Amino acid sequence: MTAFTYDKSFEGLLCCVFYAFEQQVTPDILLHSDDVKPLFLEKSFPIVTESEKSARVWSALEKKISPSACHMLMLVWISELPEVDLLLFRYIYKAFKSTESIELNFGDADVLACANIYKKVNQSCHKAIQFVRFQKTSDGVFFAPISPDYNVLLLVAKHFSNRYADQPWIIYDTKRNYGLYYNLHKTTEITFSESPVDNSGKLKAEQLDSEEQLYQQMWKDYFKTMAIKERINLKLQRQHMPVRYWKYLTEMQ
Amino acid sequence: MVKESTLEKLKILADAAKYDVSCASSGTTRGNPNKTLGTAAGWGICHSFTADGRCISLFKILMTNHCIYDCAYCSNRRSNDLKRVAFSPAELAELTIEFYRRNYIEGLFLSSGVIRNPDYTMEQMISVVKKLREEHRFNGYIHMKSIPGASQKLVNIAGMYVDRLSVNIEIPTEESLKKLAPEKDYLSVWKPMKYIKQGILENTEDRKKFRKTPRFVPAGQSTQMIVGATPETDNQILTLASKLYNIDSMKRVYYSGYIHINQNDDRLPALKQPPLVREHRLYQADWLLRFYNFQVNEIVNDANPELDLEVDPKVSWALRHPEFFPIDVNTAPYEAILRIPGVGVLSAKKIITARRYGRLTSYQLQKIGVVMKRAKYFIVCRELPVSTVNEVSPETIRKQLIDEKIKEKDRFQLSFTFD
Repeated sequence: MTAFTYDKSFEGLLCCVFYAFEQQVTPDILLHSDDVKPLFLEKSFPIVTESEKSARVWSALEKKISPSACHMLMLVWISELPEVDLLLFRYIYKAFKSTESIELNFGDADVLACANIYKKVNQSCHKAIQFVRFQKTSDGVFFAPISPDYNVLLLVAKHFSNRYADQPWIIYDTKRNYGLYYNLHKTTEITFSESPVDNSGKLKAEQLDSEEQLYQQMWKDYFKTMAIKERINLKLQRQHMPVRYWKYLTEMQ
Repeated sequence: MVKESTLEKLKILADAAKYDVSCASSGTTRGNPNKTLGTAAGWGICHSFTADGRCISLFKILMTNHCIYDCAYCSNRRSNDLKRVAFSPAELAELTIEFYRRNYIEGLFLSSGVIRNPDYTMEQMISVVKKLREEHRFNGYIHMKSIPGASQKLVNIAGMYVDRLSVNIEIPTEESLKKLAPEKDYLSVWKPMKYIKQGILENTEDRKKFRKTPRFVPAGQSTQMIVGATPETDNQILTLASKLYNIDSMKRVYYSGYIHINQNDDRLPALKQPPLVREHRLYQADWLLRFYNFQVNEIVNDANPELDLEVDPKVSWALRHPEFFPIDVNTAPYEAILRIPGVGVLSAKKIITARRYGRLTSYQLQKIGVVMKRAKYFIVCRELPVSTVNEVSPETIRKQLIDEKIKEKDRFQLSFTFD
């Protein structure tokens, strides 16, 4: 068994690809430099991350595959799933090796696996866009806590700064403890030393705008009223709006 | 300023609006170049899902539940004894904005009971959307109901402010409509539909000449039919729907399973449960019309006037046409692959692209997303030991494919009591 060890960064991964082509060797596993080496390891190659090499691989890749495929690879990386680096390695390796585009070859297990992970991360983005709930604070900033399955906050930032261009807002990822603050001009990354919200994602009452609770009440009442009792179908509701999103949903509290 | 009275009005007027099925916020993509409030996403965003599993995308609300008409199927009809309230345009516009700012909604869906006359009602509604667009500089999605019988002038004004305009047919034949809503006729529905269509056509022409011309109803129109309140067959309903889809701007026909609201009206059937399965099958058939290149007479016709409730309409068609199968997924054209039960539009496209790289196996088909439970009787691929519809009889396969979920769903619906 052959292993590459690297720093587990995306640039590092691209350097692994570089090394594989340069030395004509492919890894069976990718390890972090500090990882304990498994038994039965025959060879291990330490890969050093060099931005020059990674940039060369990336620009070659951009020529080889379409922009949408590049975007897909980025989202697959963001998934942070175990062994996703090896999957990406194989995808990129195959893309370079193949004389024709592999992007639509869904008969290939790696291509299909990438497409499926991409779909999941994309769905996570979409869920964030759907289920963000802002609370208006006394200083006029609209605040929303989220805890998405994947680290998608930066991916959805543009949607919110476009849509809510005339209101300052903060979207805060409580799981990863960082957030984005939009001040009508630009979006910046922020971190609070202690969580600004309680477990149900609520700000303290004194932090809220005087009308905030009334609007929350209206939304809750509206939500309850809209259900047609002859058609109750809780399973369908959960299918569209999984329970793990409920904790920050005003109408489900 | 919002007041407590707004809360009460909101409950009453939301309750009155909830039976309208349309909720889509799709069809327009619009950025926010002026940095005001709101964008429109072409693919539509649902912000919440109520206990009945339906989505809340738009803030669906009535302007008022006062109504001069007395339609048998409607909860707001004149003869019902209920509290009547009305929003002022300013109040409703503000509520919409505040909901929108909190990311509760994608936009407004404004409907109304008819006060005084159709034109007066339309004017009231127009003043809401005008306020939103001009005073609040709201750039999000607006869907407005055009009141049957409203004048062309008002439809044209409304069309300049909203993304989608719609008129509900409600009842699939004029004869039944006359019985249930004696004060209405088909002409009052067709006319506004025609105005919208004309408006869109004229606007398209204008836009060719002047690129900056504002768009008229960019997301097109939609309509709704109540299913199960009157004796029409699925054949009649779907034939009407396919005719409606011939109108270019008609994006969606919605089907609304009849809910027995007005208990004391003997013109209507006393259904304990709304016909949800039938409604579901109609939507499936609707999808076949719009995305699968089916003609309406292939799905329902004089010999088969009703959809099969136990299997979906595509399976039902396939079982009636065993001679069309088996389809070889590795060679058949896209149109034929679309007709295989268990293959959707996405998987059909994936099959077409993936098979260029090599012949597909049943394992790969499954991975691609084909529902092999249904598809296996209708295809051949590289290897597949299952006998197809031609070796086994259609009747046997039908038994295999009866939708277990439908039965479960019914059970589920009955066992639940609402608080």
